[in-house]
Amino acid sequence: MTSYPGVPGLIETKEALGETTLVVDPSRLVEACRYLRDEEGFNFLSDIAPADYLGWGEQEVAGYVGTATGRDLNEPSTQGLARVPDHKPTRFSVSYHLLRVADEPARVRVQVWLDDGEPVASVIPVWPAADWFEREAFDMMGVPFEGHPNLVRILMPEDWEGHPLRKDYPLGGEPVRFSDED
Amino acid sequence: MALAPKRIYAGSRIPKRVPTILDVDPEKHAFDDVLTVNFGPNHPSTHGVLRLVVDLDGETVVGIRAVIGYLHTGFEKNMEAKSWWKSVTYAPRIDYVAFQANELVYVLAIEKLLGMEVPRRATWARMALTELTRIHSHLIWLGTSALELGAISLLWYTFDDRDTILDLFEMAGGTRMHTRYFQVGGLAEDLPPGFVPEARKFCRQMPKSVDEYEAILDRNAIWLERTKGIGLLSAEDALALGQSGPMLRASGVDWDLRKVTPYLFYDQVDFDVPVYFNGDVYDRYKVHMDEMRQSVRIVEQCLDRLEETEGEAWIADDRKVVLPPRHELQTSMESLIHHFKIVTEGYTVPEGEVYVVIESPRGEAGCYLVSDGGPRPWRVHFRAPSFAALQATATVVQDCLVADLIAVAGSLDPVMGDADR
Repeated sequence: MTSYPGVPGLIETKEALGETTLVVDPSRLVEACRYLRDEEGFNFLSDIAPADYLGWGEQEVAGYVGTATGRDLNEPSTQGLARVPDHKPTRFSVSYHLLRVADEPARVRVQVWLDDGEPVASVIPVWPAADWFEREAFDMMGVPFEGHPNLVRILMPEDWEGHPLRKDYPLGGEPVRFSDED
Repeated sequence: MALAPKRIYAGSRIPKRVPTILDVDPEKHAFDDVLTVNFGPNHPSTHGVLRLVVDLDGETVVGIRAVIGYLHTGFEKNMEAKSWWKSVTYAPRIDYVAFQANELVYVLAIEKLLGMEVPRRATWARMALTELTRIHSHLIWLGTSALELGAISLLWYTFDDRDTILDLFEMAGGTRMHTRYFQVGGLAEDLPPGFVPEARKFCRQMPKSVDEYEAILDRNAIWLERTKGIGLLSAEDALALGQSGPMLRASGVDWDLRKVTPYLFYDQVDFDVPVYFNGDVYDRYKVHMDEMRQSVRIVEQCLDRLEETEGEAWIADDRKVVLPPRHELQTSMESLIHHFKIVTEGYTVPEGEVYVVIESPRGEAGCYLVSDGGPRPWRVHFRAPSFAALQATATVVQDCLVADLIAVAGSLDPVMGDADR
């Protein structure tokens, strides 16, 4: 098992399916990233992937029908879960996938857990590549990145309402335009 | 792995305020005539619907901002609403030029969550088709990039070879693009008889074609003039901006995931990784040309192995995940039940999260998946190499002329379906 005990703000190291996940205190994320870049050689930010866990293991969430103890077998297109999925600490996770471009290549996932609207510091000072990845995470999930110099929508139109990849955003949902309200 | 021995330029050129926006010098704005031009999104030379907002001082580019999202189709959201089984169909449509590569990374990620072993014949077939996709993607890149710089004839030649590749895909999967031929567990069908001889014919022809393309371009004064020494990107800046694939290798970084962290059977085949050191448009072109030759080498070795494994299984024998053979549905009740369950509800995938990365024609293509143990993916996210490549726009266009902008933007090899998803 590869471990990085010196990472500032490290809460937990998880090892699953051959991948290492470092759960980090959101308030010390930039510190942790800088440490991983400078001391451990992770010079390449591969991806920033946010995930919304609203309704994780619960009943009747968008695209999901289940009960507190698993999915309801009698509902159409659902299947009983073998077990209730592990509890998640907060609604959102943001995963930073790092890569070491060097003679000993390695990958690591740095993960922070956030509540709705809870800001996290931008890692652009560590890897400039974070610019668009953070804008995408903001656009799709509504994660506010503090200190980002240009945090505007990137994939959706500028005046779009809502964050489409959230679990409470319906599939195919869009605000009604050209109605006679205003 | 070695960084470039050569300095392409001193220091970093990444813009300071926002890494992806080149701001106009305020003094220049005040005293000179700076013209802001909207380039795209509907412009034939932007490889799709890329919009560049360009500030020009005369003919020199002094400011630039790339705007994307015009081809956003919500693939990730759609995939999360479908069962694992059905969502495979979406993956190749994301990067519609390197379709098999996207299909591969998605299928590999699901298989990693399932902990599934794939038969070796299927893996060799996957490698052969993925490398054919690489040649296909590079041919389109070459044809369209040369077309934009005035070499119209090349487009017809490259599309001719591309058509041969599409015929091979049609033979294997029944469709020319977006084959959905890779299935969790292996392939949708075995390769048909006659595929290997036809693919061999292509492998004999392709290196000659690459030589011909180089004969057209390599000593063409206009081509050299318009590609050499422009669109510079240093190795350090490329890494900082998350560049991968040909972009990185043209800047002198010897980095190819097929070599450094081999997946499939890439550790069992011989091939070289082309690396160039000038970091300009010309070197990116050279990397693409050499990679096509190397891909032909890999395809040839895969075809040898496909001949050896003739008649072996092409899909894993796991009835909880893989559809039973069609003929069994008439005779076996269990097979009929399995078929019904997989098609209606879909198979379940154990809880967990994975991030799987492969070397697509455009570089590091990743797939992040979260499963809650049910029949649908909880979260699907793709790391698109084109999205990352476009972040370098503001760095590579510095000091170039508006006419060079087309050559430079083209050399980033963006596919807008991939960037916008």
